[in-house]
Amino acid sequence: MDEVLGREYQEQQARQVSAGSLALKGITRRFGDYVAVNDISFEVASGELLALIGASGSGKTTTLRIAAGYEHPDSGQVLFDGRDITALPPQKRGFGMVFQHYALFPHMNVEQNVGFGLEARGVAKQMRLEKARAALASVGLDHAGPRSIQSLSGGEQQRVALARALVIEPKVLLMDEPLSNLDPTLRQSTRDELRAMLHRVGVPALFVTHDQEDAFAIADRIALIKRGILQQLGTPEDLYDRPASLSVATFIGRATILPAEDLGDKVGVTIAGQRREFGATKPNGYSGILTSPHVVLRPDALEIARDGDETAWRGEVVNRRFTGGSAVYRVKVADGTVLEVESGEMRLREGDTTGVRVAREPLPMVAGE
Amino acid sequence: MKQGDTRRSLLLAIPVFALLVWTVAYPNVAVIAGSFENGLGHWREFIASPADREALSTSIIISLASVVASLAIGVPLAFLLSRFDFPGRRILRAVATLPAALPPLVGVIAFLFLYGESGVVTRAIQRLFNMPEAPWRLTGVPAIIFVHAYTMYVYVYLFVSAGLERFDTTLDEAASGLGASGWQRLRYVTLPLLTPALAGSMLLVFMTSLGSFSAPYVFGGGIRVLATQIVSSKLNGSLGLAYVETTVLALSAVAGLALFRWLERKRKYTSSGKGSATRRVIRSRRAQIAAAVLATITVIVLVLPHLMVILVSFAVDGQWTTQVMPPAYTLDNYRRLFSEAELWRPIMNSLSMAVIATAANLIVCFVAAYLIVLRKFSGRRTLEVLVALPWAIPATAIALGLAATFNRNDLLSARVLLVGTFWILPLAYFVRGIPLVSTAIEGSLRQLDPALEDAARGLGGSWWLTMRKVVLPAARPGLVAGGLLAAVTAVGEFVAGVVLYTHANRPISMEILAQLRALAFGTASAYSVLLILLVLLMTLTARSFEERMA
Repeated sequence: MDEVLGREYQEQQARQVSAGSLALKGITRRFGDYVAVNDISFEVASGELLALIGASGSGKTTTLRIAAGYEHPDSGQVLFDGRDITALPPQKRGFGMVFQHYALFPHMNVEQNVGFGLEARGVAKQMRLEKARAALASVGLDHAGPRSIQSLSGGEQQRVALARALVIEPKVLLMDEPLSNLDPTLRQSTRDELRAMLHRVGVPALFVTHDQEDAFAIADRIALIKRGILQQLGTPEDLYDRPASLSVATFIGRATILPAEDLGDKVGVTIAGQRREFGATKPNGYSGILTSPHVVLRPDALEIARDGDETAWRGEVVNRRFTGGSAVYRVKVADGTVLEVESGEMRLREGDTTGVRVAREPLPMVAGE
Repeated sequence: MKQGDTRRSLLLAIPVFALLVWTVAYPNVAVIAGSFENGLGHWREFIASPADREALSTSIIISLASVVASLAIGVPLAFLLSRFDFPGRRILRAVATLPAALPPLVGVIAFLFLYGESGVVTRAIQRLFNMPEAPWRLTGVPAIIFVHAYTMYVYVYLFVSAGLERFDTTLDEAASGLGASGWQRLRYVTLPLLTPALAGSMLLVFMTSLGSFSAPYVFGGGIRVLATQIVSSKLNGSLGLAYVETTVLALSAVAGLALFRWLERKRKYTSSGKGSATRRVIRSRRAQIAAAVLATITVIVLVLPHLMVILVSFAVDGQWTTQVMPPAYTLDNYRRLFSEAELWRPIMNSLSMAVIATAANLIVCFVAAYLIVLRKFSGRRTLEVLVALPWAIPATAIALGLAATFNRNDLLSARVLLVGTFWILPLAYFVRGIPLVSTAIEGSLRQLDPALEDAARGLGGSWWLTMRKVVLPAARPGLVAGGLLAAVTAVGEFVAGVVLYTHANRPISMEILAQLRALAFGTASAYSVLLILLVLLMTLTARSFEERMA
């Protein structure tokens, strides 16, 4: 078939599947005996924001560096627009990268930093300056051009790094922990700006973070990596409401995870000798019976029951944390299980007795490990 | 890594490796092989010779004693200057490192003019107390240790001062808060934390003393040390024995290196806090006066050798015989240096040879440092050892190795005849400069965030653009500092000169020695002053260049 249609057809086909997209296929990278990245595959569409998330040492940064071309995979392919670019060195990929500590050249000023990629492309000096200034203006640093890198605040450095990556009109944008060096208040506003700007640029954007709040706030989809293995790839809602495994459920959000009975589309939960049944979901539309099934009880899926509610589990408030519009209580029931509940009910105090009930179904079920 | 980069790294690594193996490693092999040229014969000769056994033990005794003497001066001075404030502190601080600026041979002749049998201080004391003969003679082991202590305490002083600057004073405060007395704080907190600085400086003094040549050569009298024994064996034509002595000297140096490194590594801490120097002002009137007097005496002792050389450089040659001070003064010595071709020649020689050697050092060591710090490849450890080797091996041994290797044209054993030509001395300076320049550039490159190189490549920067715009600017402080150090060392170099010079390429230091032998003290001193001025000029140029660039 290939011989009849020829190579061109194949490439055309590939392009239709993934116009302007970045794809990693079966990427594996070993450091000695240690497998840092184990057979990871995913695709980032043009204009899409994908977050790679995981604990430190999970292999997410190595994956990003392979996408950028700084690391070479032992097996697997990196594809751009359907074309295999695995062997292409970083300087020929035309990707924009924002490094964790920004990697701004300390001996150049702001506009020299931003203009470096243009200089590498042989852009004349005057043009370089104009473009650098325009890029700086687009990140809100209109007059910072002649300033030294050392005189910038952390937030400003982050913007310069972004401007430097964007000014070369990158085909793909890669970011390594882009927000980790910012203080919490700055982080909130930067998340929104970053998301808006990345959607405007309209190229595949891949970023690494260990902070799930950053991932939730910015990404369209999230890839959770643990020990080099891709655990789940989906929207933030997928990961939160339909975790693929016990480890995903533990890593994402807060939860009380308890052994339960798999009743098909229902789950049987027994706490302090009281058994209740609830509607349930399973990972990836799995229809068989899970081995060692567990139920995931998110604080927002539980609520404080009214007095006299027969369906509630009763227990003692052992800890109360005020979070602004609501409070999170830790309620210890008779068998010692501690349930975490988020509630608009503010009057309870440590030592009070209360009932806890399920507020929202279906509850996610996962297999034990 | 990336294929293109790997190829380019290899393209750089192969010639640098080849050059270093040829000029650094191979001569040592040639020396060791030479020592076995008639089986164990030369080794038996060495063991049977009482002179050689004495030379070995004297070398080690002098080196250890120099370490102790340098510690005795350097440590208290460092504490005094960084922990206390007293009248005269600033001047003392300014001159404390002065002895290190003296080229080795110049320091030695300054001491000769001051404390030698017919030196100014010696004669003044003799006259003052009406003694029939000189109160002391500046010869033998004590004289050598005296000169070593004067020039080498600076290492201890600098290392310990740096350690004290970094020292987190809150640790001291914490200890006193826990009830520790001053002595206990010193014993259990300060000194243990200073161990790396102490060990590092002790190592430096030990190695420098072991390889020291000028002091034993001039003051040795009947005393033999290995460094001078090697040269005299070579001059006597017993080359085989010289090779054995060289091997033994190099082995002693490597053993010393291992010992002090072990000591340094045993105690290594990283301080969490930021160092802050708080100086206690000395308040008691009596202590103030004592400190001021002590500081004045120290300053005079430190400055005297420089002043003495300057003074004698104006003395009329041949007139200063039995008087305390030179009786007649003239500008003629300097005029002759610049007007007589034969006297001008060594100056041009030293300058051109130092420039050639330093230029070669900058190129080769930059590539080596770049490969060591920024490229990951299997030969990295070997390259590190190669560039450090000339530091571990005393200068006499290096010079003899070069003499043993580059003594004939022989393609099969990769030998080229350089001995007796102009090029042998620049080669020796180059080899001695390798560790100095490499260490300095490596230090600068280690401060370069590796992500910067990645960033430059990711932005599309070619290998050459990245090198020019990112790597070289980062290496610049190291290039300047290392180049300065190499040039200063080369221009005043003495040991390799003694072994390898010819009349045509004789360096300044050899001419100083020749003038000294001819009792032309004025001319010898004029050369010395010129040498000091050259060093000063180079230092100031390097500093102003750095300031302009930064």
